[in-house]
Amino acid sequence: MNKLLLIIKREFYAKVKNKSFIILTILSPLLVIALGALIFYLSEKNSEDVRKVAYVDETNQLATAFTSTKTLKYVDLTKLGFKEAKTTSEKNYYGLIYIPKVDSLNQLTKSIKFYSQETPGLSLISSIESRLDKRIRDLKIEKLNIDVLKLKKTETNISIATENFTGEKSSKIGSLLRMLAGGGFGYLIFMFIIIYGTSVMRSVIEEKTSRIIEVIISSVKPFQLMLGKILGNAFAGLLQFIIWMIIGGTILFAVTLYLGPDATQSANVMPINSEVVQQVQQASNNNVQLVLQEIKNLPILTIFFSFLIYFFGGYLIYSSIYAAIGAAVDSETDTQQFMMPVLMPLVIAIYIGFSIIENPHGSVAVGFSIFPLTSPIVMLMRIPFGVPWWQIAVSMLLLILTFIGIVWFAAKIYRIGILMYGKKPSYKEIYKWLKY
Amino acid sequence: MSTILSVENVTKTYGAFKALNKVSLDIPKGSVFGLLGPNGAGKTSLIRIINQITLPDSGAIYIDGKPLQLNNIKDIGYLPEERGLYKSMKVGEQAIYLAQLKGMSKVEAKEKLFMWFDKFGINNWWNKKIQELSKGMAQKVQFIVTVMHEPKLLIFDEPFSGFDPVNANLIKDEILKLRDNGASIIFSTHRMESVEEMCDYIALINKSNKILDGKLSDIKNQFKENKFEVGLISDNDTILNMVQEKFKVTNFNESIGSGEYRMEVKLNDGDTTKDLIKFLNSKAQINHFSEIIPSANDIFLKSVANHE
Repeated sequence: MNKLLLIIKREFYAKVKNKSFIILTILSPLLVIALGALIFYLSEKNSEDVRKVAYVDETNQLATAFTSTKTLKYVDLTKLGFKEAKTTSEKNYYGLIYIPKVDSLNQLTKSIKFYSQETPGLSLISSIESRLDKRIRDLKIEKLNIDVLKLKKTETNISIATENFTGEKSSKIGSLLRMLAGGGFGYLIFMFIIIYGTSVMRSVIEEKTSRIIEVIISSVKPFQLMLGKILGNAFAGLLQFIIWMIIGGTILFAVTLYLGPDATQSANVMPINSEVVQQVQQASNNNVQLVLQEIKNLPILTIFFSFLIYFFGGYLIYSSIYAAIGAAVDSETDTQQFMMPVLMPLVIAIYIGFSIIENPHGSVAVGFSIFPLTSPIVMLMRIPFGVPWWQIAVSMLLLILTFIGIVWFAAKIYRIGILMYGKKPSYKEIYKWLKY
Repeated sequence: MSTILSVENVTKTYGAFKALNKVSLDIPKGSVFGLLGPNGAGKTSLIRIINQITLPDSGAIYIDGKPLQLNNIKDIGYLPEERGLYKSMKVGEQAIYLAQLKGMSKVEAKEKLFMWFDKFGINNWWNKKIQELSKGMAQKVQFIVTVMHEPKLLIFDEPFSGFDPVNANLIKDEILKLRDNGASIIFSTHRMESVEEMCDYIALINKSNKILDGKLSDIKNQFKENKFEVGLISDNDTILNMVQEKFKVTNFNESIGSGEYRMEVKLNDGDTTKDLIKFLNSKAQINHFSEIIPSANDIFLKSVANHE
C-alpha cells in the first residue's frame, strides 16, 4: 500500500480513537445546546421578574405616559407627596420617578429625577425617558393648538428597496445574512486552523519525544510523514465537523418539530438589546419569505467552493508551519516564542474580517483578502457580498503559491528539526537549517 | 568475499561542521561489522546516510553493487540508538504499521510477528499499549520491529542498552543467528567486550575520518607488540633480574613463598618465540606461556590517541 496513505490512516485513527476526541466530538454540540438553553432559560427567568416603579407627578400632566407592561408596573404615589413617597418607595418599590412642579415644560426636561436603591439598568432609564419625551412633545403640540391625532396620521414609514446594477435585490436583512454566512465560515476556518494546526504540532512533538521519529524516517521520507500527518489530522477534523453538523441538524430538526411555529415566537421574548437581533426579529416577524429569498440570493455555489479552497489552502499553510514549529522544539512549552507570529495574522484576519462588514469593498478589505496569510478568513467573509472574480482569482493564486512555498520551507525545517535534540533553536539557527 | 554495502568517499557537512570526511567502507556479506568511534565521531551521520535519512554532500553508497535507492529501504533494518515507539498505540497494531512502512503486506507482517512473539514468549503483549510495558519489554518489541521484514542489511546502534544481562544475551544470540542465516550486520557500540564477542570486521571512525578498518583478527595481529605472558616456577629469587638482563619485562608479579612468578616479556627485535622459550626453559620451569593479543579496547584507545 502507498506509504503516504498508510501514514494518513495511522494519523487519522490515532486522532479519532483518542478518548478526548470522542468526548469532544459528542459532548461539545450537547454542551453548546445546553449552554444556549441555559442562557435562554435564565433570560426568560430574568424577564419574569416584575419591577414596580413608583412615581410622583406634581405637574399632574405626565401620568398618562406611565402605562404598565408585563414586566414593569407603574404605581402612582402622587397623593402621598414627595417625602412620604420616597420613604415608601425605598421599602416597597424598585425606584421612584419624581416629577417636580415647574413653570414651563422646557424646564421640566432637566428636573425629573429617578431614585433607586441600586443603579438602574440603562434600558429601564431609556424606556422611561422615551415615554416622557413622547408625552412632553404631545403636550407641547397641544399647546400649539394642533390636534395630536391628526398629526399622528401624517407619520409615514418609508422602506427603500435597494438593488444593485445587475438587478440583484439587496436589503438590510440581506446584508445581515451575508455577514452571518461570511462571518460564520471565516470563523470556522479560524477555529479549525488553530485546533487542528496545534494538533499537528503536538503529534510532531510526540514523535520527537517518544524518539520513534528516526525509526519512521528510515522507512519514509520526512516530507511524506509531514504531509501524511497534516492530511490525517485534516480528515479527523472533517469527520468531527460532519458529526457536529449531523448532531446539530438532528437536534435543530427535533426542536423545530417539538416547538413547531412557536419557536420563532419565543425567540422574540429574548430581551437582547442588540441591533442585529432586533433586525432578525423584525425579519422573522414581518417577512419570513423575504429572508428565504435573500438566502436564495446568496452566491451559495461560490461560497461553497471557495470555502473548500480557502479552507484547505489556509489549513495546509498554517498546519505546515505548525509542523515545522513542532519539529524545531523538544517540548510544547518551548513553542511559545514561535506561536505568536503564527497566531498574529489569524487574529488580525478575524478582526479585519468583522470590521469590514461595514465596508466589504474598501481597500483594507480588498488588501487583506488578497494577502495569503489572511485571505482564507477575510475573503470568505467578503464573498457573500459579491467579490469581482479577478480578486478571487488573484487571491487563490497567491494562496496556492504561498502554500507551495511554505510547505517547501516547513519541510526543510521539519527534516532537520526532527533529528535535533537539546536546546531550543533560535530563529537564526532555524534559518541555517534551511541551507543544509 | 563479496560486499553487501560499499561506502565511497562520503562527505557530509552541517554548516561549518564536517561530520564525515571522505569516508570509505566495505561491509562484507554475512558478517558482523563493528562501526566504532568516540562520541561525535560521525558514526550516526554515516548510519543516517546509509538509511537515506540524510543525503551525503558528495560520495556514493552502493548496496549489492548498485547505487542505493529509495526502494532499498525494505532491504535495511535499522535500530537507532535513540529508539522509541508510539506510546499510546497497541503493540500489535504498531508493529504491523511499521512493517507496512517497510513494504510488507498486512498478512505477511502478522505471520512474521506471531513467529517472533512466540519466540520471545510475548504473545500476550499484542493488545497492550507501549506505555504499559517496561523499558526492557519495549526494547524487545523494538528489536522485533527492526528485523521482522528480514532485510539483507541490519544496522544496530547500541542494541544492548536498556537490556538486563539475560535479555542482552538473548538479543546477542538472535543477532548472531540472523548473521548465520545470511544477513549482514553493522553494529555500532561503545561496549568493547561485545565487539570482541561479535564482530568479524571493524572500522574505527574518529573526528569525521576513518582511521582504521579490516578484519578484527588481522587488526589484532597488526597491533601485536610481540609481548608474551610468562609464568615461571623457580627457587632462585633473582629470576627477574636474569630475565631482565636479556628482555624487557613489565607487570612482574610474585606469589610470595610459592616460587611462582608472572611477568610480561617483550621479544627483542630479530628474536623469535623459540629463542624466548629456550632462554626461559634454561632458567626455570615454565608453567604458563601465551601471546598477549591486544583487546579491541586497547586498539580503540591507541588508534584514537595516535590520530589526535
